[in-house]
Amino acid sequence: MNINISERTQALEPSLAKLAIETRELRKVYGEGNTEVVAMKDASVSVRQGEVVALLGPSGSGKSTFLTAIGLINPPSSGQIWIGGELVLDGPDAQTDVRAFRRKHIGFVFQKSNLIDFLNARENVQIAMELNGLSHRAAGKRAQELLDSLGVGDRANHEVSMLSGGQQQRVAVARALANHPSVLLADEPTAALDSHRGRQVMELFRDVARQHGAGVIVVTHDHRTLDVFDTIYEMEDGVIRVSEPQSNH
Amino acid sequence: MNLAFKDIRKNLGRFVITTIGIGMLLMVVMGMAGIYRGLLEDATFLIHKIGADLWIVQQDTRGPFAELSRVPNSLVYRAQAVPGVTSAREFVFHTIQREHRGALLRMSILGLSWPEDKGDWLQLVAGRPLRENHYEMIADKSLGLELGEKLKLGKDEYTIVGITNGMVSTGGDGMAFTTLLDSQAIQFDSPSEAIRLERAARDNRGQTSEVFVQQPQLTEQLALPTSQLPAVAAPSLSAVLVTIKPGADLLKIQALIESWQDVSVYTTAGQEDLLVQGIVDKARKQLFMFRVLLTIIAAIIMALIIYTLTLDKIYAIALLKLIGAPNRVILGMILQQAMLLGGLGYLVAYTAGMQLFPKFPRRVVLTNEDLIQLAVVVFIISILSSLMGIWKALKVEPNEVLMS
Repeated sequence: MNINISERTQALEPSLAKLAIETRELRKVYGEGNTEVVAMKDASVSVRQGEVVALLGPSGSGKSTFLTAIGLINPPSSGQIWIGGELVLDGPDAQTDVRAFRRKHIGFVFQKSNLIDFLNARENVQIAMELNGLSHRAAGKRAQELLDSLGVGDRANHEVSMLSGGQQQRVAVARALANHPSVLLADEPTAALDSHRGRQVMELFRDVARQHGAGVIVVTHDHRTLDVFDTIYEMEDGVIRVSEPQSNH
Repeated sequence: MNLAFKDIRKNLGRFVITTIGIGMLLMVVMGMAGIYRGLLEDATFLIHKIGADLWIVQQDTRGPFAELSRVPNSLVYRAQAVPGVTSAREFVFHTIQREHRGALLRMSILGLSWPEDKGDWLQLVAGRPLRENHYEMIADKSLGLELGEKLKLGKDEYTIVGITNGMVSTGGDGMAFTTLLDSQAIQFDSPSEAIRLERAARDNRGQTSEVFVQQPQLTEQLALPTSQLPAVAAPSLSAVLVTIKPGADLLKIQALIESWQDVSVYTTAGQEDLLVQGIVDKARKQLFMFRVLLTIIAAIIMALIIYTLTLDKIYAIALLKLIGAPNRVILGMILQQAMLLGGLGYLVAYTAGMQLFPKFPRRVVLTNEDLIQLAVVVFIISILSSLMGIWKALKVEPNEVLMS
């Protein structure tokens, strides 16, 4: 990753104030010459605060490339990423300290457990806030509140290996929400869960979006829960487009 | 939240075992330094205890400890006559190895100048100084002899009347103290048959010698032990120890005695240098090489352990990066674990060493200087050993969470 941090010169655009995230013509190219592969072609997506968006597509369609690009993990070759009205990435060039920005504004939930195994449930949530500058005591208190609100407060002191898949996902959601992120990104979060638990998690994302005003983007293959989402995008061969809600419900 | 401790808590058993292993390795490094210090102290202990200002030895030798030295008995009187000298006394020192109670007994014997010196200067842990000028012995505890025990050396039997502790020779052998005459008797003891044969040989030679034919009374002298024959006796002292008057010029007295042409004279510091450079120096170099090797091995093992610990939590590190943890948090975690491993290993080394070192056959002396030096080395190798783990952690990309 070749990222240069430059001065923040971009002012907040009034037109983007209500948008949690917007991507403009994101393009990602791997290799060059004969080995060049275009993984993502001019992907432009807008997600409002409180909106829940699903991203569908077959394997190899470019979903993960898109998700890692907007998660500021794998920068695009060209295009722009705006988060909370602030230009964060202009092509591969970072306009800010991306890791610090990610810590403050982006929450992640993944398909399999993405918890730190040497921390218990509460500490997994707490660490995200402590990294963001909150005191140990305050972070612990808020971590417990978040776990309580997600129905796993009684498992706070348990090792993550002692939690069920659904409980682990709830802890991961709690951690993703810990720093009041503008954007919540989830990559097949229900893949390891049964349909009932899967729906619960999807509904949880919707509630989170509504209550916290975060823009939520969920990569999923689970068509049974698409009614939960406000907008559905489909991705194929690196091209992203809006899917008609009626056809999916 | 201290991530280093949290990770250790999760893998406590492995961390404890690793720490003990590192500690044992560091204990050996610590012990090597202690053995060298022990050698050094053993080598110079006697010189300090004896408390002479000047050591007069056979010319061009570095005796009496570094090599054999023989000086005549009359040297004592010559030294006493030198202006500025308070006292001059005989010094006889030799090492024997005999069988006692079915086992080999190796001891260094020091002859005390009876009656001036009865061993009052020795720090006895049991018994008393010498009271008789014959057949009494003060022995060091390390020899395993008991108070009142009889020890047969040559044709005579000696009774242990006092026990010292920590009195060892330059070679680390336990010391025994007798009167000068007893010490010489032990040193020059010959089997009866050998004496008889020697006397017969002398008689034969005497019968053909004009001197003995003209002075038959001389033949009576031939019956004496070789060491006591006035005309032919070999010098029987190892050295003469000189104490000078307060305020007297040590170097001037040394130069004066050295001008005699038949002796060499060393100050106490000079004797120390001879021992350190001669006897101890090679051992020091040898031990130093071992210490360096063991320290490098400890560093490599620590580096591998820290690297393995880092590999074990590579997913957690990628995840920490994903949720925005700055590098200093991750590096701090690895560095703290390395420091903890080194620090606790050092404590294990010290604690185990304090229990085990006294049981070693030779003295292991831990000095504050060596302990501090090793602590600094452990601190440095802890930092160095964490570098490989840190390098690996820095290379981890947050998207490895997605790929795993």
